[in-house]
Amino acid sequence: MSLPEVVVGPDTVILGIETSCDETAAAVVMGGDDVVSSVVSSQIDVHAEFGGVVPEVASRAHLESINPVVRRAIDDAGIDEHRIDAIACTVGPGLIGALLVGVSSAKALALAWNTPFVGVNHLEAHLYASFLEDPTLEFPLVVLLVSGGHTMLVEMKGHGDYRLLGRTIDDAAGEAFDKVARYLDLGYPGGPAIDRAATEGDPGAVNFPRAMMDDGLNFSFSGLKTSVVNFVRKHPEVSSVDIAASFQQAVSDVLVHKAMKAARNVGATGVVLGGGVAANTQLRSDLQAACADDGIGAFLPGREMCTDNAAMIAAAGWHRLRALGPSRLDIGAFPSMPLVEAGIADG
Amino acid sequence: MIVLGIESATESVGVALAASDGVLANVEVARGRRHAESIVPCVQFVCERADLELSEVGAIAVDVGPGLFTGMRVGIATAKSLAMALNIPMVPMTSLEVLAAAEATTDDIIVPVVDARKSEVFWAMYRRTRQGLELLHQPTVGSVDDLVSDLMARDQSSVCVGDGAHRYGDDITAGFSCSIGAAVHPSASVLASEAVLRAIRDETVVEQMVEPVYLRQPDAQINWSTREVRS
Repeated sequence: MSLPEVVVGPDTVILGIETSCDETAAAVVMGGDDVVSSVVSSQIDVHAEFGGVVPEVASRAHLESINPVVRRAIDDAGIDEHRIDAIACTVGPGLIGALLVGVSSAKALALAWNTPFVGVNHLEAHLYASFLEDPTLEFPLVVLLVSGGHTMLVEMKGHGDYRLLGRTIDDAAGEAFDKVARYLDLGYPGGPAIDRAATEGDPGAVNFPRAMMDDGLNFSFSGLKTSVVNFVRKHPEVSSVDIAASFQQAVSDVLVHKAMKAARNVGATGVVLGGGVAANTQLRSDLQAACADDGIGAFLPGREMCTDNAAMIAAAGWHRLRALGPSRLDIGAFPSMPLVEAGIADG
Repeated sequence: MIVLGIESATESVGVALAASDGVLANVEVARGRRHAESIVPCVQFVCERADLELSEVGAIAVDVGPGLFTGMRVGIATAKSLAMALNIPMVPMTSLEVLAAAEATTDDIIVPVVDARKSEVFWAMYRRTRQGLELLHQPTVGSVDDLVSDLMARDQSSVCVGDGAHRYGDDITAGFSCSIGAAVHPSASVLASEAVLRAIRDETVVEQMVEPVYLRQPDAQINWSTREVRS
């Protein structure tokens, strides 16, 4: 009962499944870049009362949502389930209990429909969100991956060929957004809350520190968070929209500065933005402006593709399946799976 | 009617195929706690050994807990997705029912006890009748002392089974004189066999109706509600 090999091409239909954190998602993608359907069931409301994602709460919600979400993705695609050529699913990194719901469901579907299963690295999938917008991107590229759990600069030399250039040494950028939003009482999740507040604030109101600006390609955001807290204590009169805008500008400045430095170092044709923070308005416009100045491309995923979704999983799964073939059905989940081994590790 | 049973609510993982003439194939992995890795290969194995295709399976039975949250979710997610993909009905059973079904006694009260960690256990009480198992005490969670109080309140000859009964056997028997039965983990072959009987009686449900039985709130929710009460 071994699963069949599949010839991966422009007609190959992949069902993607994503349950690594607080979104249950499924999508049908054809040929690696044609999003036929994409369904995301967010748990934001479930976690809002806790001010962050509670793993056990997330896992329970995933189990409730997974089948309805898969069913809707297939219905929305208007295809017969037998048209699905392979099942791709996030196997890491993420919350172990959450990942396991998706992996278990995906493997069961692959077994029942007798289709290949392919395990996808969530971080790798985030950078494929840009390929959904523009499948003709030319290597080498520099990828700036910024989310609630990760902040990294990666050189992408080809599909599945990555080199880590820099990463945060403490908090992820998205984590800083969440913490500052919570401190300013702007709401949850922090990224969109700061983004909204910042539109009414002055980004030049407070000159928050830009850490490690000329110090390699690593990042540090914990000091910025602390200086926001200290500043607000000393200057309670400054409006929270000005604080939000100034904080957001400081984060964007550091991210864009280092991404451009990395792009120049490796001679990249462009910078690809990925991860939840890629939806940030300031970061998007700053990166576009900087890339235009340097005469290279800025590749931004659509906003709905920045946050966790399964279309990017299916896209990454298509490339992975083509390059490396299916994954084994006895793999589990890898909560701290690194990106740089994504092209090598089986799973 | 061929039933595929999936069991992963406690430390062990099991998959079995059963039909009206008995168990067709059965595999159990009691070591390693690699539930997510093992289940699908176990399904492939029992199908291959019993020489049948998944498409010949008429219903999926699954242990819906209570038990270890992550482990039981892996089994439930697998079972529900198999049922959805194969478009077949399901037979959900609690871990306590599966444990009770394995105990042959016709005289004693059957008390399945599943280790709930944090010094607590899940338990229920059943009696075997000619019609099958009769539920005497709803599945519940509590301390071993709570269980002993329940046993004393009923004060009937009882047999406790399950990993909780084995782990806390001395504490239970010190508080209430009863016997400890052999069964440690719920068994996939018992689950599948019992499910065949239910499927024949048309006691199946659609996949959407199958829900986990946690019997305990997530920790964060417990802490949060206590905090709200205090403020």
